[in-house]
Amino acid sequence: MTARLRPDWLTGALWVAGGAVFLFIYLPLLVVVLYSVHDSHIIAWPLRLYTFDWYVVLFHDRGMIDAVVASAKLAVLAVVIALAVGVPGAFLLDRYDFPGKTLYRRFVLLPLILPGIITGVSLLTFFSFIGLSLSSGFPAVPGWPVVLGHGTALTSVVVTQVFARLQQMDRFQEEASMDLYANPWRTFWYVTLPNIRTALLGAGLLVFTLSLDEIAVTFFLIGRQNTVPLQIWGMLRRGITPEVNAISTLIFFASVIIIVIWARLMRDREEAKP
Amino acid sequence: MNASRLARDPRVRTLRAALLPVGWLTVFLLVPYVLLLVQSLWRVNEAQVIVREWTLANYVRLFGTPLYPQTLMFSAGIALRVTLLALLLAYPLAYLLAFKVRRYKNLLYMAVIIPLWVSYLVRAYGWKIILGQGGILNGLLVNLGIVDQPLAFLLYSKWAVIIALTHIYTPFTLMPIYAALESIPRSLKEASHDLYAGRMRTFLYVVLPLSLPGVLAGCTFAFVLSMGDFIAPQLLGGNDSALMVSNVVVSLFGVAYNWPLGAAVSVVMLTLVLLLLSLANRLERRFSYQGEEVRAPAPPLPRLAGEGRA
Repeated sequence: MTARLRPDWLTGALWVAGGAVFLFIYLPLLVVVLYSVHDSHIIAWPLRLYTFDWYVVLFHDRGMIDAVVASAKLAVLAVVIALAVGVPGAFLLDRYDFPGKTLYRRFVLLPLILPGIITGVSLLTFFSFIGLSLSSGFPAVPGWPVVLGHGTALTSVVVTQVFARLQQMDRFQEEASMDLYANPWRTFWYVTLPNIRTALLGAGLLVFTLSLDEIAVTFFLIGRQNTVPLQIWGMLRRGITPEVNAISTLIFFASVIIIVIWARLMRDREEAKP
Repeated sequence: MNASRLARDPRVRTLRAALLPVGWLTVFLLVPYVLLLVQSLWRVNEAQVIVREWTLANYVRLFGTPLYPQTLMFSAGIALRVTLLALLLAYPLAYLLAFKVRRYKNLLYMAVIIPLWVSYLVRAYGWKIILGQGGILNGLLVNLGIVDQPLAFLLYSKWAVIIALTHIYTPFTLMPIYAALESIPRSLKEASHDLYAGRMRTFLYVVLPLSLPGVLAGCTFAFVLSMGDFIAPQLLGGNDSALMVSNVVVSLFGVAYNWPLGAAVSVVMLTLVLLLLSLANRLERRFSYQGEEVRAPAPPLPRLAGEGRA
């Protein structure tokens, strides 16, 4: 047994391979972050450290600021829609039996499993068919179609996360509450909701991050006002500017922070389990 | 039947519970997918106006013109290479995380899959800096004296697309493989060792077969999502990107302005994807030792992306 635990060439090779893959995953991100403080407007080797000029340029870029505002609005609305539709969806899957339940469960996941382009062109076709302009609602929102598109496509995230939590939940608590003459609303508010609160919060955060980063569906549904990824996309097509590195770096760290909070929320729950 | 009895009827209660979640997804998801199919059966006239007349002309054109089947094959070829590479990279790392890493295991796992959820565009764009003519790789090659001139073919070729897509979908492939490996009871490995099987035999006859459902799920996601990807190809693919089916769709819904034909191409793509998913689903269940589906922990994806996975 001890012989097996001793480091050996096979395990060593595995660690080297794993480390290399890990590096491969983070290399492009590292490069973008480093070049955001690169002291030249030509993005080339060698790297010249460092300057914060690109962040200054960024904060004076009216188009980018508008895009940030639009992206934030879009993400918040997507969270609202995804929660409003996804939570009842999770309850439906957890607590009711009906014909077509399996079909519904699979269907919910489609926007996550299908390439975004298919959902994108389908929604574009749909909104054009019902005659809802892609710029409708602007400037209050970046456009209703893109809001509805994000909300709907990301509903699946809420359904899966909240459903998983409901499955772990102790149903006896609810029954006890009902036995003590609490009506269904009180039971939901005082018993069910505290049980799934972190799942709701976590799912909301995840939807927020995914919406900020979404590009395939957004590409087809966007009206007059670009979101951040599309603004970056536009800049990249015109040629590389280091400003892109600066905004990318900021988005990356903001997203990582949100994801880490999400992971903590999920983990706290795990530890709270008896 | 009075109102309160009606409200207690389980069928009425189910209907009420289903109204919003099913109704919403029907209107904003099912109807759009169906409309895509419907539109693929319309056509555009000479003035590029969509005419709502039933016709199979788009499908005839699609299968009659070599261009469209070619783009499908080209995309499938790229997706296949991406899938194999992603599997090759993801499996050792998943194995390492599942069996070898003891401390900071969750942290490391999170570190691997976090990029999945953030900055799709940043990750594709990072490769542009690395592979470009003045990029890091070329700078390094020239500095080291391996080449005299920067290599132009690194960027704007299908290889750049394959590298970037492999990078983007490796964490995706890793998730279900890791989940499958994690669920293998450690006692099975020990039993195999106790029966004097070496590590290779244990891997080939115990671990690998039990991880196949996860491998299948991961490969399906990687294949499907990289086949439909159009962002990375446009950014890194140069002229080769025009050969990808997803970019044909983008162009038909954009500058070429032939939505019905674009819809037809999308429908063909959708059909292939759904066939593949159901095939993978069946195979996964066959390989699964408990007869239950081994799926990635909730998103992924998304699809986005994530994969879409749960």
